[in-house]
Amino acid sequence: MKPLVVEKAQAEKWLEELCRVFDVFCPVKVKGDLYQWGRLGKKGLPRIPEGVPKTTIKTFFFPQPEVLFEFGARPGLKDAFRLKEPVCEKRPRLLFGVRPCDARSVVLNSMPYEEDPYFQKNRDETTMVGFLCKDGCSTCFCTWTGGSPLGMEGMDLAVVELEDGALFLEPITEKGLGLLEFDFFREPTEEEEVFVKGLREKVNKDAEETSSRLRSKGLMDLYNAPFWQEVSDACINCGTCTFLCPTCYCFDIQDETLRGKGRRIRYWDSCMFPLFTQHASGHNPRGDKLKRVRNRFMHKLKYFPDRFGPVSCVGCGRCVRDCPVNIDIRQVLARMLEV
Amino acid sequence: MSSVNEKIAGKIRSIASSLLESGEVAAFLGYTTGSLPGMMQPYVARDAKEAENLSWSSFCVINLANYLPALLKSFEPPRRPNEPPPEGPLPKVGVVATGCWSRNMVVQIQENQIDRNRVVIVGISSRGMVDRRKVQRFVGNREILSMEEQANFLVVKGKDFEEKINRWDVVRDNCKTCTHPDPVIYDELVGGLSGKRDIPDRFRQVDEIEALDIEERWKWFQEEISSCIRCYACRNVCPLCYCPTCFVDDSRPQWVGKSIDRVDTALFHILRAYHCAGRCTDCGSCESVCPMGIRMRLFTKKLQKDVLELYGFEPGLDVETPLPLSTYKVDDPEDFIITNIKKGDKK
Repeated sequence: MKPLVVEKAQAEKWLEELCRVFDVFCPVKVKGDLYQWGRLGKKGLPRIPEGVPKTTIKTFFFPQPEVLFEFGARPGLKDAFRLKEPVCEKRPRLLFGVRPCDARSVVLNSMPYEEDPYFQKNRDETTMVGFLCKDGCSTCFCTWTGGSPLGMEGMDLAVVELEDGALFLEPITEKGLGLLEFDFFREPTEEEEVFVKGLREKVNKDAEETSSRLRSKGLMDLYNAPFWQEVSDACINCGTCTFLCPTCYCFDIQDETLRGKGRRIRYWDSCMFPLFTQHASGHNPRGDKLKRVRNRFMHKLKYFPDRFGPVSCVGCGRCVRDCPVNIDIRQVLARMLEV
Repeated sequence: MSSVNEKIAGKIRSIASSLLESGEVAAFLGYTTGSLPGMMQPYVARDAKEAENLSWSSFCVINLANYLPALLKSFEPPRRPNEPPPEGPLPKVGVVATGCWSRNMVVQIQENQIDRNRVVIVGISSRGMVDRRKVQRFVGNREILSMEEQANFLVVKGKDFEEKINRWDVVRDNCKTCTHPDPVIYDELVGGLSGKRDIPDRFRQVDEIEALDIEERWKWFQEEISSCIRCYACRNVCPLCYCPTCFVDDSRPQWVGKSIDRVDTALFHILRAYHCAGRCTDCGSCESVCPMGIRMRLFTKKLQKDVLELYGFEPGLDVETPLPLSTYKVDDPEDFIITNIKKGDKK
């Protein structure tokens, strides 16, 4: 589809128009230097920070928590234990300023959630405007995981910020094309096309493709590798890595009742938590932290690629930066590749 | 690495490797250099060769006492939950300890979580650990690519900048108000002791919050925890948190909801803090590990202040003084038990 350009001043008006139709979300500064996904507040074009915000966009597709249904929980009353679909009147959502790694995470999560009605409904109701990366952080490693700083997978519209603040827009899907049905745009100049092409050429295309190498490794060789002890020694089994990870998608389900009203929710679970695989009998197949830590990496880097092809990691570097004990997935990946 | 740290690291390595070599300990718990600037990783050396990886710096922000009970247990033969430990001596573990870490080990000994005879403690007087967030705030949004430590300065470098920061300016709040930097129990000592520090306004941060009126205080608390993702890093890194099943994980009965409802999150933080009353040594690990920058250390600091005022007690200074909230005396004051309520007083 043909790219278009919007000047900075026009872009603000364009965003205003989009706000009439969509609930628009973008990275918002909350405390100090902490950026989180939140509702677009101020008028005008938001500044999209380099790198990724602290929290991921998975919360829009896999909410914490998702209400599956509601029910009356007082026996004897008319609505007792009758299931009701949760009422929520929301407008379609637009995520503005999604980085390529985060956009790609939605595509990866869609694989196991292919038949999940809740995830897919959220995906249908969401439009993603991605911002391609000109500059990464030292903790970025998307090219190791099959992504690219200029990757457009998962996006509906891809944006490159030009030097003068104008935006170079490439529609990718019909949804993305729909966002451009206004008069704010012009055709890109030749210079602008060359600039964007130049960025593409700069991306390291020789980056090692790790998923096929991981798939070719013996599953039990990786499982029984000697380094898991050392990797897990420092782990405190908190949920930081899994909750900040865009591609961790495990959940648990619970009924909550309050004053005669009940709801069944599904909420984020973490393989780092001891209850994750606790059986009703009391037995826990992953009873100690070595087994839990190993599972996190084996799931992302072996079981997932074996089943779906790519690794379940987009290289955003959140777990690298925020793991309190500095367990670095890049080092674990390197060790797994050595097996 | 500064020469001070290099000296300490060298001594730790040589003590650890001789303890491991002689077989006196089965493992040695310390720190190794991490993969990011200003990050240190807790590390278990299991032989003399691995002891070479041990290191030391101003970024050792996690209280190593947290790992001790499980590490000791890993060297015991497996047994059922209520089975007594086997007869005869069990393997020992060596561990590095600063003031607050050693005080938490004292609490763990008092609470029967570790056996003093099974730990070889290598004491180090702490110079105060550095808060990575303060360093980041100092350089703004620019990405830090290296952090080099000199005796009293940090040299922070990025793609197109270099800053020299006074180390004390970026030391953690809890370390700045620390009165006991020296280890209280140890078997070997690395470097000298620096003595008890007198900090007249060590509860200043708490006083400021106490001075707010009740609505303001509640608002402050709500705002502080608003970004909590319930990862439980604060709980898991705490050497006081060792319950086999935490109240937040219980499902029958379920004390607290599992997702990020505001009331549930508040309940978690209040209860976590209360469980630490009279036991917390203000080691600051909880705050250092929080990915969202929540200053939950202030909650426990308030309780530390209360326990000091009400009981004249500071935890972990010696094994003999019992913990005030887990003992009972016949002549304990009972003012809080309300008796003889007159009919007219009832509301």
